[in-house]
Amino acid sequence: MRSESSSDKKFTPLVVVGWLLSLLVLFPLYIMVVNSFKSRQEIFTNQLSLPSSLSFDYYAQAIAQMGFLTALGNSLLITGVSVVLIVVFSSMAAWVLERRKTKTSGFLYYMFIATMLIPFQAIMIPLIQYINKWQIPSLNFALLNTRYGLIFMNIGFGMSMAIFLFHGFIKTVPYEIEEAATIDGCNKFQLFWHIVFPVLTPTTVTVAILNVLSLWNDYLLPSLTLRDLELRTIPLSTFFFFGQFNIEWNLALAGLVLTIIPVILFYLFTQKYIIKGIAAGAIK
Amino acid sequence: MPKRRRRKFPLYYWLFLLPALFFFVNVVVVPFFMGIVYSFSNWSGFSFAGSKFVGFQNYADAFQDPQFLSSFLLTFQYAVIMVVCVNVIGFFLALLVTQNIKSNTALRGVFFLPNLIGGLILGFIWQFIFSKLFVQLGEKLHMTGVLFNWLTQPSTAFWSLVIVSTWQMAGYVMIIYIAGLQSIPSDLLEAAEIDGAGPMKRLAHITLPLMMPSFTISLFITLSNAFKQYDTNLSLTNGGPYNTTQLIAMNIYQTAFNRNQYVLAQAKAMVFFLVIMVITLVQVRLTSKREVEM
Repeated sequence: MRSESSSDKKFTPLVVVGWLLSLLVLFPLYIMVVNSFKSRQEIFTNQLSLPSSLSFDYYAQAIAQMGFLTALGNSLLITGVSVVLIVVFSSMAAWVLERRKTKTSGFLYYMFIATMLIPFQAIMIPLIQYINKWQIPSLNFALLNTRYGLIFMNIGFGMSMAIFLFHGFIKTVPYEIEEAATIDGCNKFQLFWHIVFPVLTPTTVTVAILNVLSLWNDYLLPSLTLRDLELRTIPLSTFFFFGQFNIEWNLALAGLVLTIIPVILFYLFTQKYIIKGIAAGAIK
Repeated sequence: MPKRRRRKFPLYYWLFLLPALFFFVNVVVVPFFMGIVYSFSNWSGFSFAGSKFVGFQNYADAFQDPQFLSSFLLTFQYAVIMVVCVNVIGFFLALLVTQNIKSNTALRGVFFLPNLIGGLILGFIWQFIFSKLFVQLGEKLHMTGVLFNWLTQPSTAFWSLVIVSTWQMAGYVMIIYIAGLQSIPSDLLEAAEIDGAGPMKRLAHITLPLMMPSFTISLFITLSNAFKQYDTNLSLTNGGPYNTTQLIAMNIYQTAFNRNQYVLAQAKAMVFFLVIMVITLVQVRLTSKREVEM
């Protein structure tokens, strides 16, 4: 049997190959970080070296010009609320679809799954038209150009894959626990939230991580639905920051580093769940 | 037997389904069917009332649009190259980090890292590398034949797109291949080793056949991601130089929102949808046929 303890891991030429490859992966990130500290002159003369001074001036400027803190807040709010609601709604739906096997359930399940093949481009034009109808001016309610409107759409787009993953997992959960709880007098809501949902945790983690990554980085849908400056998410503010001026690279790269920091922090804390989650999500 | 002893669909069934259905129907189903209707109409982008049915006119127009055809062709090339590069590299990365060697977990973490950063941001980072660093290194090393601004030539701009996306995606399929490799029972490999099968033989006759399910999934993911590529295309080349790197998703976007030809864009999008559907279904069919039972 192979052992996974680190003491008997070998140091072979393969390790060196691995390190060289990882340098190749990290190189663009290195270039981005070092040049975000350099003056125009220094970028012009040497892009490979470490910066001659470590001043955070470009970062301060980038934060101000991008409206970075507003964008960060918007991204956190939109991603967070969307992911929680996707998990709640999709797990509930997947549970009844799996546990009540009828023709209707089968049809609805396949409707959710089949649409996974539809590319966003096939939906985006009518979607904007249709969502624009959802407004009540007197109440100041609108789904276009609002954060809750984007959350609304994120939930709709997130359902298919999440229901698919939950459905697959619920299939493997023995039914007996649920029967026992029903006999003990649980109603369906208690049964789901107190007995079933806790068992689904591994899939909940997978669904949450896959959605955090895709929603956090999403550009196209927010670019079509959010117009106001103060609603911009991080990818949007990065995009407009780049378009604003004939690129001043030090400032632009500082902006990019800022956008990546939250992702790297998230990765440091959740790395092992992410890797497990991706594998589980792909293998279903 | 008493009829209607238990209702087939009790209230809670619909209560549990309702939120999911509500969002899904309003965001995906309704617009999808509207899109089909739009693609057969002469809707101008304002009020749909008063638009007429024009049959396959928009589809005919789409196929007469040379930029649409060249974008489609380019997307095919891009998808094929991506599928090969990403899967070959991803598979070898997975083989590497599943060896019992030092720092294999750290390496996994590093190889996966580019996936966390969105395609838009990655494109901007690499834009600096291809358009600034390459020029500077080319001058310093007197190698301006290889190291020049890659984004200014059609062919090198296309390959820069391939490089960036491969750099991003290889770590993702690596994770899938790792899971596949780890599911192969080690006693099977050991038995083959005792029987005298060398490492290449074991790879060809045991590992690869048992990995077919992982190939099915990875090919599916790379294929559909390559076809849908938009973000990196936008931030790295923006279709340039002279629209030579405009992939299909960008062509549809520009037709709709830059040229305001909504119905034409919608017809293009429906063609795009059908092509993606056919290709991915055929691919899944073909590769799952080669899956073996243990």
